[in-house]
Amino acid sequence: MSTIALHDEHNHDHADHGHHKETLISKYIFSMDHKMIAKQFLITGIIMAVIAMGLSILFRIQLAWPDQNFPFLETFLGKWAEGGRIKPDFYLALVTIHGTIMVFFVLTAGLSGTFSNLLIPLQIGARDMASPFLNMLSYWFFFTACVIMMSSFFIQTGPASGGWTVYPPLSVVAKAMPGSGMGMTLWLISMVLFVASSLMGGINYVSTILNMRTKGMDLWKMPLPIWAFFLTAILGILSFPVLVAGVVLMVFDRSFGTSFYLSDIVMGTTILPNEGGSPILWQHLFWFLGHPEVYIVIMPALGISSEVISVNSRKPIFGYHAMVYSLIGITVLSFIVWGHHMFVTGMNPLLGGVFMITTLIIAVPSAVKTFNYLATLWRGNIRFTPAMLFAIGLVSFFISGGLTGIFLGNASLDINLHDTYFVVAHFHLVMGSAAIFGMLAGVYHWFPRMFGKMMNAKLGYLHFWLTFIAAYLVFFPLHFLGLDGVPRRYYAFTEFEFMKKWLTVNVFVTWAAIMAALAQVAFLFNFFYSIFKGKVAPQNPWEANTLEWTAPVEHIHGNWPGEIPTVYRWPYDYSKPGHDEDFIPQTVPFSQTMSSNLPHDFEGNAEAEKIQQDWELANPVEENKG
Amino acid sequence: MSLRKFITNKTTAALAVLLTVFANTSAFAQEAAAGAAAAPKVDMGEIYKSVIFYILIFLAVCLFIAIIGKSIKVYELSREAQGKPVGINWNRVHASLFALFLVLGLYGVYWEYTVHGSMLLPAAASEHGKKIDEMFNLTLIITTIVFIATHILLFGFSYIYRYSAKRKAYYYPHNNTIEKIWTIVPALVLTVLVLMGFLTWRSIFFKVEDPNHKPLQIEVTSEQFKWSIRYPGADGIVGTKNYKLTTATNQLGIDFKDINSRDDEMADEMVLPVGKPVKLILTSKDVIHSFYMPHFRVQLNTVPGMKTFFEFTPTKTTAEMQQETNDPNFKFIILCAKICGSGHYNMQKVVRVVSDAEYKTWIAEQKTYLNDDLRKQFNLPVAPAAPKAASDSTAKDSAAVKTNQMALNK
Repeated sequence: MSTIALHDEHNHDHADHGHHKETLISKYIFSMDHKMIAKQFLITGIIMAVIAMGLSILFRIQLAWPDQNFPFLETFLGKWAEGGRIKPDFYLALVTIHGTIMVFFVLTAGLSGTFSNLLIPLQIGARDMASPFLNMLSYWFFFTACVIMMSSFFIQTGPASGGWTVYPPLSVVAKAMPGSGMGMTLWLISMVLFVASSLMGGINYVSTILNMRTKGMDLWKMPLPIWAFFLTAILGILSFPVLVAGVVLMVFDRSFGTSFYLSDIVMGTTILPNEGGSPILWQHLFWFLGHPEVYIVIMPALGISSEVISVNSRKPIFGYHAMVYSLIGITVLSFIVWGHHMFVTGMNPLLGGVFMITTLIIAVPSAVKTFNYLATLWRGNIRFTPAMLFAIGLVSFFISGGLTGIFLGNASLDINLHDTYFVVAHFHLVMGSAAIFGMLAGVYHWFPRMFGKMMNAKLGYLHFWLTFIAAYLVFFPLHFLGLDGVPRRYYAFTEFEFMKKWLTVNVFVTWAAIMAALAQVAFLFNFFYSIFKGKVAPQNPWEANTLEWTAPVEHIHGNWPGEIPTVYRWPYDYSKPGHDEDFIPQTVPFSQTMSSNLPHDFEGNAEAEKIQQDWELANPVEENKG
Repeated sequence: MSLRKFITNKTTAALAVLLTVFANTSAFAQEAAAGAAAAPKVDMGEIYKSVIFYILIFLAVCLFIAIIGKSIKVYELSREAQGKPVGINWNRVHASLFALFLVLGLYGVYWEYTVHGSMLLPAAASEHGKKIDEMFNLTLIITTIVFIATHILLFGFSYIYRYSAKRKAYYYPHNNTIEKIWTIVPALVLTVLVLMGFLTWRSIFFKVEDPNHKPLQIEVTSEQFKWSIRYPGADGIVGTKNYKLTTATNQLGIDFKDINSRDDEMADEMVLPVGKPVKLILTSKDVIHSFYMPHFRVQLNTVPGMKTFFEFTPTKTTAEMQQETNDPNFKFIILCAKICGSGHYNMQKVVRVVSDAEYKTWIAEQKTYLNDDLRKQFNLPVAPAAPKAASDSTAKDSAAVKTNQMALNK
């Protein structure tokens, strides 16, 4: 077990965070400090989230008022909204880029990137990541990917618009839609950079967790977020390369005339020369990443909420081992369920049956996690900090979205629900709401650690309640559109008689979405204002046990001045009977808490147990255990 | 930076907050101001005005919130200064809000189930669709029970176990028995759902063909943004096609060297005899589309370069459905459910389910794909391929076919 690894090859002064040696560029831009990189990921993620949310408001406006002109749209969008109405092609571009940004840039990089970078070294007791340089590269690849993706809004033919899953031939044949030209090329380049970024990040997270834990921090003493980040990183490392393989083949098909995904295609009356490929191949490659990807999105959120719920319930997380095993179960199972996205693609129905079985099994570890959250709240002493509110919101969304997943995972029900609004509602509850709430819970909880300031709690409350209510108002009614057979990615509901009855619902949903978007102003203001003007954070504002709260509030390179603290106990000793406070940090040895030690704490160490027994017999005797 | 100055200069708090909000939305605000100034001179139109109107409302709301925030702060500070306990017990507020949310939320769910729930698709109009509906109802009942129970627990616990300085939480790290129970029970319930789903799925996609009761073959070809339908003609077999044969006159690329193709008929709507099994052969010319007939619970993607098959039996005629739904305009429809380009949202075709007799009269009136132009092209004698087509199709030239196809393209 690696211990006090002084990871300090690059000549930074420990005790001094000062400006003598660090220039503006090395401190704020090309920083190799994991805390700064975490902030970079977070702020980039927030900016991307705001952009993607803005895109969603644009297409919600189109859906709610398909027959009205909005001159301000033309002001912003120019020829894509001539006469104040969004064009069908641009509508598809909006949903595509909204999905891509949210799934990859916000919920993968913004969530996993931010909190893995911030918390892994701080919670396991390491000076920095295993490879700070790789970590820096990871951010800059991600940033470049964002820039390239956004740049596609500034080209003649517009951004990629074949949906975020970019199914060929639509995305490959440039004639099929304008977005499949240059916009799609940029999408692919951006995605390759993004995957490179994820891999560099993931390798770093795994090696840091495996090699750089402080003394005493064995795997079963790691806080749950670390477990979640660890398994998420493994998922990413194993699945993202498959996407790159798929993307490379797509680049070949698009630019070099190969036929991996194309065969028997006639555009109008033009017969394309491609033969022998299969569009289904892309779907397999894409979803081999794509499904683990949704767990890459939700697992860090679950890890964060486990920590937040435990800290603020003042109770140990219920079933710590079960939580870890269910995460492991989800990790393993998520590799063999990708076919449930393809039940009706014409894949062999036999496979559909198999994938249905594996898919529904994954509901079991998810159910275990939910019940464990509920059991953690039971008889707790719940402090409703903004982070806790969001964590409770996450549990609610995770339940709602998880249950609708049982419909979609069932191949025979999926026949009629596939690619309808039911799917949209489902994954917006689990990813768009639950994962985002996990991310927000993390921001509110660790903001003091990131910036050394407190966020305004009351604005946090306002932000939570508005967002929580609005998210349900947006996504709950959408299920019913899906059950009525309304397909997703429809530019307008005006062409089908049966869809017209949903126009009023669309107006309602759009207003709810606007409300949700405006509620984020409360967050953005709070976030940026508090960075500069917030109250200075105390050492351990939430009275939490984990290691990051033992590091000084003032950021220093290397995290702890002097020696890295040693860990003696698991991170969830909250409200332990016999102890005078309701929390015992991981750094407190059992010798200092003789009155509250339990036989279980010693993990079969006979000597320690004996010392404890002796102490209990002769109560006031002061003893030290070895 | 002016923002900082304002605050440090102790300008009134409300003003500071207002300005901050203004700075946040400065782009909008400037536009709003410009619009407001221009309003008397130029007619900006109702909608533009309304944009400003909403921005102003938003700013007003922000101001209102800021004032409330500040007054809460003043209240709390004054309590503190007087040495009284903390003004607002936020834990209690949130606990109550969660309880309220639970009650309102449950009512909202009830409202959704009854109001929006009654706006859904009518009962399935196909044999396998009934099984899907049963499966759906079972899943809905189970998930609704779990949904309500877990939410009562979640928000109930949030309410009951809100923070109190007098209490200490119960140290309860694990209980293996309980954990086993709530691993096994969901596993059992899911096993039931998986088994039922699996059997339903098999019954839909693995059908044993009865040689005496062959399903009606219909080929559907999708392209941006229309559906083309091909009936098999008298031989009951849809002939082969080859995309390389696609021309302006042979848009589907039908291979008329294949005898089975020569009597294949075109149709501008899909007409199905009620109670007869139908085997759909789904193909695509350009990109992936999804053939979706929600009323029959039928959906399958159409994939270029690959045939997909869906077999089903319609059980209700259009007329019966019109009665059942109380809607004289009711029509079965085909939609596209897979993103396929700018016209994705309007890729429809009407399906008419009729009695067997009606179907026979209708199908007799349909024209074959093979016309004189195509006969020449395939070196076939320019003579009627099938006797029944002789009456009209040879008389009219290909122009008639073309108009028909244009109607098809609609």
